[in-house]
Amino acid sequence: MSDGVREPAIEVVGLTKSYPGGDAPVEAVRGIDLRVEAGQTYGFLGPNGAGKSTTIEMLCTIRNPTSGTARVAGFDVVRERTEVRRRIGLVFQQQTLDQQLTAEQNLRFHADLYGLPRAEADRRIGEVLEMVALADRRADTVLRFSGGMKRRLEIARGLVHAPKVLFLDEPTIGLDPQTRAAIWDYLHDLRRRTEITVFVTTHYMDEAEHCDRIGIMDHGEIVVEGTPEALKSGIGTDRIALRTDDDELAIARIRERLGVEAGVHEGQVTLAVPDGASVVPRLFTELDVHIRSVTVTRPSLDDVFLTYTGRTIRDSEGARAGAGRVMTR
Amino acid sequence: MSTDQAATRTSGPEPLGEVRSDLAHQARATWVVTRRELLRFRSDRARMASMLLQPLLFIFVMGVGLGTIVDTGGDLSFQTFLFPGVLATSVLFTAAFAGVSLVWDREFGFLREMMVAPISRASIICGKCLGGAIVATGQSLVLLALVGTVGIPYDPVLLLQLTGCLFLGSLFLTALGVLLSTRITTIQGAMPMLQLLITPMMFLSGSLFPLGGLPVWLSVVTRLNPLTYVVQPMRHLVLQHLDLSAAEQARLLPALTWAGWEVPVGVQLLTVAVITAGLVGLAARLFASTE
Repeated sequence: MSDGVREPAIEVVGLTKSYPGGDAPVEAVRGIDLRVEAGQTYGFLGPNGAGKSTTIEMLCTIRNPTSGTARVAGFDVVRERTEVRRRIGLVFQQQTLDQQLTAEQNLRFHADLYGLPRAEADRRIGEVLEMVALADRRADTVLRFSGGMKRRLEIARGLVHAPKVLFLDEPTIGLDPQTRAAIWDYLHDLRRRTEITVFVTTHYMDEAEHCDRIGIMDHGEIVVEGTPEALKSGIGTDRIALRTDDDELAIARIRERLGVEAGVHEGQVTLAVPDGASVVPRLFTELDVHIRSVTVTRPSLDDVFLTYTGRTIRDSEGARAGAGRVMTR
Repeated sequence: MSTDQAATRTSGPEPLGEVRSDLAHQARATWVVTRRELLRFRSDRARMASMLLQPLLFIFVMGVGLGTIVDTGGDLSFQTFLFPGVLATSVLFTAAFAGVSLVWDREFGFLREMMVAPISRASIICGKCLGGAIVATGQSLVLLALVGTVGIPYDPVLLLQLTGCLFLGSLFLTALGVLLSTRITTIQGAMPMLQLLITPMMFLSGSLFPLGGLPVWLSVVTRLNPLTYVVQPMRHLVLQHLDLSAAEQARLLPALTWAGWEVPVGVQLLTVAVITAGLVGLAARLFASTE
């Protein structure tokens, strides 16, 4: 914007989507608000059927919202659909490559669809293939690629037209741990080099740790939103475990000075506090006991997910496997 | 990420695509989708071989085989009579299947890549139709190159005219396949439906027999079949280039009439063109209305 204020990459206000149902319309998305700043990586989590895919499809202009507005890369997803499309890259959960064509032909097709001039397309195709380490396979038919290679190629394709926002719907589902790690390496590399905003859904909580911010969706609403750190500290307590020269004295001092009841578990003094990292320095200054080691265990995003949705993400993953979904419309 | 790199609408780099007039952009998009069809065909050797084999079977096995019992009543061999019909039949299958490939695109996910691109749905439909029609016409050219083997002269004008007819027929049939694909979303559903449509179209187009002296019901049905208006002009063109008496011409190619009016070849072709445009338009409309 001309006033120099950074415009958010994604701005959603009161977005809803309902489908005609048997008795009453089924509300897949129930009035969500969402703001993703430019350059951020935003993790969008939720159990199966929470409304994530519908939301992402509305943001990508594939579906029209029932009500509410959404702006992506500065344009309205309904009224300025083409402008939005020119500025977003998409990597779907379901594979969308033409397997009969070569890697390069797939990218070329994409560049042409997005109207890139020939020279620009050549340069970009070379760059993105280099980035996902497929430059030496550019002339190979996609049919011969492994699942991980196809996924990398799709990410490369999503970047060919230099989008401002990259949407990734479960980019690592069904991939082995090394490939998953490699894909996140590409995404980190991408963020370092460009100002791209990344909007990603994932079922892997360890991957959500890579995100700047996380939103958890359930029953069509965003139930909680924030940085991974804030979310984890928001749900309660860290566990601190100490090895000391005098455990009895340590426990007494902790009770006096910190007002916290500690106990001995597995040969260590353990206590639960809201913010472990800020308590550690006080332990050293206020306990007149020699401390040999300290470990602070933070709650994981799995704990966060469980707290807000009442399910573990793996419960919902089990449900996913049984649900045959038609992705393309 | 530093703030001065902030992506904003005005300070960030604009998308790489050139700003073009809408029509030019859609024309380009159509051509991009068309070119993919051509690339896919080139990489599919098995499809190429099978599609070439079928018409060869028709002309040489069926033509020769039936030729031993079918007497055309003159100098003309049955193979020569059959040839325009076989040409049309060859594009019938290739083009219709090319149109239905939209269902495969959907099933294999690639359709989504096109659906989310900054192009109109109409240009996807037009591209599919044009691509399928070019591929089908291209395949039939191999058969066309064999006109000499059935006693039809290698006249450049004739070959060009026949190619034009084949292209029109291909476009019509691809559009039909594409139209089906906008509503039938599974391959299992589309294939029988397609067979149900194209097999009667082949038999009822006069590709295998002259349209004269038919029972009324058959004569009505053949006149309702758009493919008839592709086969008849092609047979007309071929017979014109052979030394046949007027009587024999009239017997092999009885005038096609609508309620007594002898329909000129140009009007026949125009009919196909209009129907094709209608199919493409309808397909584009239906396709655009899907979410």
